[in-house]
Amino acid sequence: MNSSVIIFPGSNCDRDMDVALKKFGFKNKMVWHDDDKLPKSDLIVLPGGFSYGDYLRCGSIAGKSKIIQSVIDFANSGGLVLGICNGFQILTETGLLKGVLQQNKNIEFICKNIFIKINNNENKFFSNIEKNVLELHIAHNEGNYFCSEDELKSLEDSNQIAAYYCAPDGKIDEKSNPNGAIKNIAGIFNEKKNILGMMPHPERMIDQYLSGEDGSIFFENLIRNLK
Amino acid sequence: MKIKVIVTLKSGVLDPQGKAIQQTLNGMGFANVKDVRQGKYFDLDISENDEQKAKFAAEEICKKLLANQVIEDFKII
Repeated sequence: MNSSVIIFPGSNCDRDMDVALKKFGFKNKMVWHDDDKLPKSDLIVLPGGFSYGDYLRCGSIAGKSKIIQSVIDFANSGGLVLGICNGFQILTETGLLKGVLQQNKNIEFICKNIFIKINNNENKFFSNIEKNVLELHIAHNEGNYFCSEDELKSLEDSNQIAAYYCAPDGKIDEKSNPNGAIKNIAGIFNEKKNILGMMPHPERMIDQYLSGEDGSIFFENLIRNLK
Repeated sequence: MKIKVIVTLKSGVLDPQGKAIQQTLNGMGFANVKDVRQGKYFDLDISENDEQKAKFAAEEICKKLLANQVIEDFKII
């Protein structure tokens, strides 16, 4: 399976993602934002970081970069696209995903482990995954997912909510919401479920000694689903 | 031609920074400040002499980049 990670000026989770993808069997290539063609890929990843210094709005400048049109074309033709953290922000800025990531409700940069409950398993990212509650890591200042009431209803109606922040036992409650995201939303899909954006970082949870291995579960499952 | 653009959060959209500024002002003794909304201001210098054309360009610029219309409104002045 071939994957590509796009690097923007200010991306800082690109190499972690490269390590994670390779560890679980992807042949990964790094792609510079100023290129206009994507290598042949089964998966495109927009990594976390602070692309363009978060100028204007998080993800807004990266959302207009040269490579993005190829990413949009790839996504619109059904290709799998994963945006983590700043990658999720970029996906909303391009319009591939609905809504926007606003500043955290408590105006603090949050860096900690959280739990998410997977809400939809009928897609390439989560089908057959062995655990429905995963412990992952978040590190962001703008992770407060927001969309209009109408958009929220359409996300719910078409089962586009990928994951919710939850307690370790999977209970979705206000206490487990780290950033004020509407309805505890941690990640969403597009309508066809080939584009996933989420704030938590699975690539930071792939080492049994340093972190935990719930991120490994995500990547192992993803590559199994793609084979 | 110089065009000024103001981008503000739509009413009803949470503005944590505005809220923090308001609370700080209250703490400083400006007890009568009931609400603060923070926005962005842009000076655009567009090489166009026709005001209508320049404003039209500015509107496109706002829609395509300067404002995220999910949460923000813009005003061209």
